[in-house]
Parts: sequence; structure tokens; C-alpha cells
Amino acid sequence: MNLVDKQVVQTRMNKRIVSNKVMRQLFFLAAIFGIVVLTVLLYRIFSEGLPYLDWAFLTNFASRFPEEAGIKAAIAGSLWLMTVTAPISLVLGVGTAIYLEEYAKENRFTRFIRMNISNLAGVPSVVFGLLGLTVFVRLMEMGRSIMAGSLTMSLLILPIIVVSSQEAIRAIPKNQYEASYAMGATRWQTIRRVVLPAAILGILTGGILALSRAIGETAPLLMIGALSFIAYLPENIWSGFTVLPIQIFNWTGRPQEEFHLVASAGIIVLLVILVLMNSVAVFIRNKFSKRF
Amino acid sequence: MVVNVRNMMKNKKSNEFLLRFLEKAAPAFFLLCAVISILTTIGIVLTLVVETITFFNRVPFMEFITGTKWWPFGKNASYGILPLISGTLLITVVAMMVAIPVGLASAIYLSEFASFRVRKVVKPILEVLAGIPTIVYGFFALTFVTPMLQVVISDLPIFNALSPGIVVGIMIIPMIASLSEDAMSSVPSTIREGAFAMGSTRLEVALKVVVPAALSGIIASFVLGVSRAIGETMIVSVAAGSTPKLTTDVTDSIQTMTGYIVQVTLGDASYGSTTYYSIYAVGMTLFVFTLLMNLLSQFISRRFKEDY
Amino acid sequence: MNTAADSKHVSIVNAKKSDQAETKTIYSVQNFNLWYGNNQALYDVQMDIPANKVTAIIGPSGCGKSTFIKALNRMVELVPSVRMNGSIYYDGKDIFRPKYKVEDLRTRVGMVFQNPNPFPKSIYENVVYGPKTHGIKNKKVLNEIAKKSLKGAALWDEVKDRLQENAFGLSGGQQQRLCIARCLAIEPDVILMDEPTSALDPISTSKIEELVQTLKKDYSIAIVTHNMQQAARISDKTAFFLNGEVVEYNITDKLFSYPDDKRTEDYITGRFG
Repeated sequence: MNLVDKQVVQTRMNKRIVSNKVMRQLFFLAAIFGIVVLTVLLYRIFSEGLPYLDWAFLTNFASRFPEEAGIKAAIAGSLWLMTVTAPISLVLGVGTAIYLEEYAKENRFTRFIRMNISNLAGVPSVVFGLLGLTVFVRLMEMGRSIMAGSLTMSLLILPIIVVSSQEAIRAIPKNQYEASYAMGATRWQTIRRVVLPAAILGILTGGILALSRAIGETAPLLMIGALSFIAYLPENIWSGFTVLPIQIFNWTGRPQEEFHLVASAGIIVLLVILVLMNSVAVFIRNKFSKRF
Repeated sequence: MVVNVRNMMKNKKSNEFLLRFLEKAAPAFFLLCAVISILTTIGIVLTLVVETITFFNRVPFMEFITGTKWWPFGKNASYGILPLISGTLLITVVAMMVAIPVGLASAIYLSEFASFRVRKVVKPILEVLAGIPTIVYGFFALTFVTPMLQVVISDLPIFNALSPGIVVGIMIIPMIASLSEDAMSSVPSTIREGAFAMGSTRLEVALKVVVPAALSGIIASFVLGVSRAIGETMIVSVAAGSTPKLTTDVTDSIQTMTGYIVQVTLGDASYGSTTYYSIYAVGMTLFVFTLLMNLLSQFISRRFKEDY
Repeated sequence: MNTAADSKHVSIVNAKKSDQAETKTIYSVQNFNLWYGNNQALYDVQMDIPANKVTAIIGPSGCGKSTFIKALNRMVELVPSVRMNGSIYYDGKDIFRPKYKVEDLRTRVGMVFQNPNPFPKSIYENVVYGPKTHGIKNKKVLNEIAKKSLKGAALWDEVKDRLQENAFGLSGGQQQRLCIARCLAIEPDVILMDEPTSALDPISTSKIEELVQTLKKDYSIAIVTHNMQQAARISDKTAFFLNGEVVEYNITDKLFSYPDDKRTEDYITGRFG
């Protein structure tokens, strides 16, 4: 009658419980592996870079001598790049999101746009670099300018902004639309006075996170030819420029040990900027999530 | 004084023309924005195709895809892409050997074992790891991981495939962990209860019920990870070296497709030279590889999606 | 509601059984309290569940009946914020003793849930999941177990030709019987059922009810239901829960015909709930 051998079940039970405990610990180790790596990485960078980080480092231009090297031009270049990239990518990204969420009919063209955007998100950044180099730098003759860099970066982060803006718009309850339409508002008025104000914080959060991706991106800018050794500040959007990650890359590539320490100092500056941007994003996100 | 709202609204209608214009112009503008994303794709494809054709006018296609020597400089230039592909695959394999076990194990821990408090600490840290610029990872690989490995493997050269491979793996862990965890979290808890009620341990619930049920999402995250590893640039540019080699030895100095493209754009390959066009051919190969991986990932997660 | 009339002819059968000497007690619950966070869900529950009988637990939604049955195999612990005191003795042993293995308990006590919850695997794999987990590898034995369990759950004839198909292809009622088969496969002593028919159509419901009647020969069954007629039809003893307390616990026939408590009477006559 009994097919299940209770004896076997009992003897196996202990083994199963032990392996549950062991594996639980292993999984836990895997989960905190990231914390360990992050700690080691930060410890290394701060212990090496902090001694080099002083006012002179922030206000000097690049130099052949490690003790005189500074990142003034790189900070200025990164700021310029962000200032130009932000409006371009936000207008394009939010515009695309509004089109997809508010106007697009469910047809083949719309599905194509969606698929296209999700595939663009997976294109390696070097390929965007090739696009920028060919189209903006050469074809449109923008040269190795901030404008060429910003346009390349805008296209690179476009998919991120589109997706996060879509989510922000989708989070608006349908009754908000109904309330607006019921008062005789047109579609554009509804978007302008109801949708955008309600979604703006969510859009900004996604935008800042996308820009923080752009500020750390190196490869595409290397390829469109951002220079690593410039001793002047950019004057306008057609100026040549360098950015923080490129400066760091340049110092990392030098054989002299001292330049690695300078690179650490540069990384600290880059990480501090990233932390600041992310805190703003988190702050806005917390504010945003309290609505509705 | 009586305020007549109706009259006020009527008077306002004077700028009806503008309103009507905006009503028509707005969708046109937004459509234009959406079209830009398509133009970007077209731009990428056209750029790659046109310049690659120029390249193949000078270098035979067969030499490119079957050649085992990549030496794009000087008189005896040779353009066989296999060494660059093998370098890329070597990095990818090492990276996935790190990222898959650690990423999946983290996902299982976070989804099936972790208390609410642990999850609240670990998940943001994974997000931070995902947000660190790749150049910082590259610096970490060259100045920390490689010297550490040299302690174990004494004759390991400064530039090798192992160190950047491991670091690329570390970089991908957060992505695999969070996508796999999403897939596992979407398995309904009633199914878990069914397994618990029969005396399963948490481990058995995770491995025999939840992971199989979420398998499509998990595999899709692996494939996406492969795509990221193939396309990763700065870590390998900094730490893998620049000597294209057809090898399976991870301690060798190698070069990846991305590493080559960066090397050429940094150098002084003159515009119009064969070397210059070769980066487009390599870029095209890279683009096709990652595109296939991304499409495969989307296909897996859509085709094998469980409807609970 | 014609509860009394409905239960009349069942009561004859039940009366005969309950005339026999009180059977062995399988579960003994003593002074059991349970909280979710700061909300107390069970108050001082005191209850003995007899072996090889069907014990029904009835009460309005939110009265704690599901919580109670999930405490019997400690499934309730899957809710992170849960706290308990008091004791539950299963087969003479306190299941909340620190050394008591919850896996062992759940191997002896099977459970069927409110909504059918088959695994996203084949019908066959669903049934042999338990035995496989518990270390039975012999293919022949597994096949035997699958056949016996599916027969036991009155599902064999419907699925014998498509054992390798995905369980999600079955109808709701079939899925629920598959879950019962899955539970039978590890040969438990007790089967806990948490509103097993609430998600099913009337025909599937009656099939499950018939099944319960057959199963009680070999198993002790505790069944939570919000359907009073069902409790009257299939159970030997019934407990009425209200706001986390056991208001009345008695032989089913007695409880439905001559309730001691005014609140029980109000509930079974449909005055609230």
C-alpha cells in the first residue's frame, strides 16, 4: 500500500535541511559580493587619490608633471557637455514619450518605433561613437566640438529618457485625463496643463539618471576626438574640449605610477559629481512617489 | 459686480486660431521627435554599411572573415578579424563565468531568502555598482585586479584577458541579478506555497520551482549580459592590451573588437586610409553580434513567457 | 437557506459514527494566539482535531479561519510579521518546539489551497514533485505513485493519456484535483484544505466534495469553508470562528441543528456573514 518509504524520507530530511543552510550562506555571500567589491574599490581610490585632491588639482590644466596636473579643463568640458546635452536629449526623449503614450495608434509603425528604441538601448556605445564621428564630426563638419559630442551623447541616452518618461506619463491616473476632457479641454491643453505637470518630476528623475550615465561615458567621446591635453577653457559650443572620464583614461594609460594616483583623484571628483546627481534624482523620486 | 464666466470665456476665444494651430502642430512635433530615434538607427546602419563597403573594396571579404592575423599597420597589413573575435569571446566567457553564478545566486538570495531589511540594503548597492562609469572599472582592473592576480599567477603580464574579463563580469552582475530577480519575483507566491506545503526547503522551492518557472526571464538576462560584455569598451581598452591574438589562453594579452576601434581613433590613422575604414568593418561586426544577442534575448523572454 | 434540511440525511451517517468511542486526537491546539504585526488574528484557540474524520471550520471572511489552518502546518510563518504564542500538538509533539523540523511536519500534513496552484510543469512532474524531493528516484516507483495519487484524486481517467502535458492546460476543477493528487503523492496523514472549492464551478465542487468523503477513510481532513451547506454535507465536526475566536466547536449535526451559542445560530441562519 505505502509506496513512499518513510525511512528514506526521514534519513534524507536531515541532508536536505543541511544543504538548505549551506546554500543559503553561499547565496548570501554572492549577494554581498557587490558590497565587498564596492568597498575595496572605494577604499583603493580614496586612499590613493585623496592626497592629490586639493584646490590646485581642481584649478590646474593638464600637465606633463603629475604634481602639477589638474582637471580644470575636464570639469569645464563635462559641464559644457551636460549643459548642451540636457535640453537636446530631454526635448527629443520627452517628445517621443508623449507621442508614444498620447498620440500613437496601436499599429505597425508604433510597434516599429518601440522595437527600435529598445534595440537602440542595446547598441554598444562605441557604435554611437562611430555614428558621431562620421555624421556630426565629418559629414556635418562640426569638427571635434562640444556640439558634436553633445549630439552623440543625446542620441546615446535617448532610449533611457524615452523609457523613463513613458513610465512617468503612464503613472498618471486616467481620471486626471477625464477631468480635463470633461471641462472641454483639448488634447494639447490636457497634455500641457495636466500630463506634463503631473509627470515632470518623474521625467526629471529619469533625465538626471540618464545624464549621469552620459557624464561617465568615455568611449564615444574618445572616438569623436575629444582631446585629453588642452590648456584652455571651451568658449562656445564649437570649441574643442575634454571631459573627466577622458582625462582619467589618459592618466590611467600613462606608465608612471604617479599618474595612477592622479587618476584616482580624478575618479573621486567624477564619483562625487555622480553621487550629487543621483541624490538629486533620489530626492525627486521620493517626492514624486508621494503623489497620487 | 457679477462675474460672467461665460462671457469671459467667449472673449478669450479670440486666440482660437493659435489654439487650433497648436492642436495640429503639437502631434506633428512629437512625431518628429519619435522619428529621430528611427533616423538614429538608420544613421548607424548607413554609416556602418557605406564605410564597410569602402573597406571591402580594398580588402576581400573572405580574407576579413576567415583571416587569422590582424595587423592593420604598415606594408604587410593583414585584416583577418578572427583574432579580434576570439579576444572578444575570451573576455565574454570569463565575464559570464563571474557574472552568471554570482548574479543568479544574488537574485535567488534576494528573491527567495532575504528579509525585507537585507533587501533594502543590498538592492541600492547593486544599483550603485551598476552606475559606476566603466572607465573607473577599467582603472580598477589595471591597478588592482591585475596586481592581485599576479600574486597568484606569477608570470601574468600586465595586459591580459583574465583581469578585464573578471571586471567586466563584476560590472554585469547587477544587471543579471536585477533582471533575474524581477523574473523570479513575478512567479506567483501561491506556487511557492504549494511547494512549501509539501515539506520543501527554501532551497528546493527556489531551485526546483521558482527558477524553472522564471527560466525564460533568467536566460534572457544572461543573453543580455553577453551582449553587454561583447560591447564593453573602456575596461578592455585599459586592461586587456592591444595585441590581437587568436588564442584561448586567458593570461595572454589580447585585443577585442571594441578595443581596436578605440585604439585606431586614438592614433593617427589618416582619414581615408584602409586602417581608418577597418574600424567600420569591425564596428559592423560588433553591431551585428550585439543586435543578434539583443533580439535573441527579447525573443526568449517573449516566446517562453509563462502566463500564470 | 435550508441548511438543516440539507444536513438531515448526512446527519444519520454522522450520528452513527460519533456514537462510537471518541477517536484518537491528531491535533491538539492549546491557548493559541497569533498576531500579524500588531493586529491579533487569533485569540486563545482551544481545539482538538480528531483523526480520520472531516473537521470543518466555518465563519465569515476575516474571522481567522484561514490563518488557523495555515498555523497547523506552520505555513503562516511565511508572512514575515507574524507572531504567535501557545502550542499546537501534532501527534503528541509541539510543532513550535525549536528542534521540530517544519519540513517533516509538512511532509506528514498535506495542504490544498483556495486557488489551484499547480507548478508550471507537466501533470506527471507535478504529482511526483513531492516524492522526488523526498529522495525517491526509482522511475517505476514514481510511476506507481503518480498513478495511485491521480486515481486517489479521481483524476486518472481524465489525464492518463496526457501526463506529459503542461498542468496549466487543465480546467480549474481538474487543476484542483491535481493539487490534491500532488498532496496525496507524499502519503500524508492529514490533509488541510483552505476553501478548496471557492474558485470552482458547482460541478467541480461536487466532485471535490465526493472526493473528500472517500479520502476520509485514509486521512484526517481539516477543511476551511465559507459555504455552510458544504460544511454540513461533508464534515463530522464543525468549528465556528468569529473575530479570531472559536465560538462553538461540536459535532456537525449538533452544531447546525441545536447551536449552543446565539452567535452561531445567527450565522447559520444567515443573519450575518
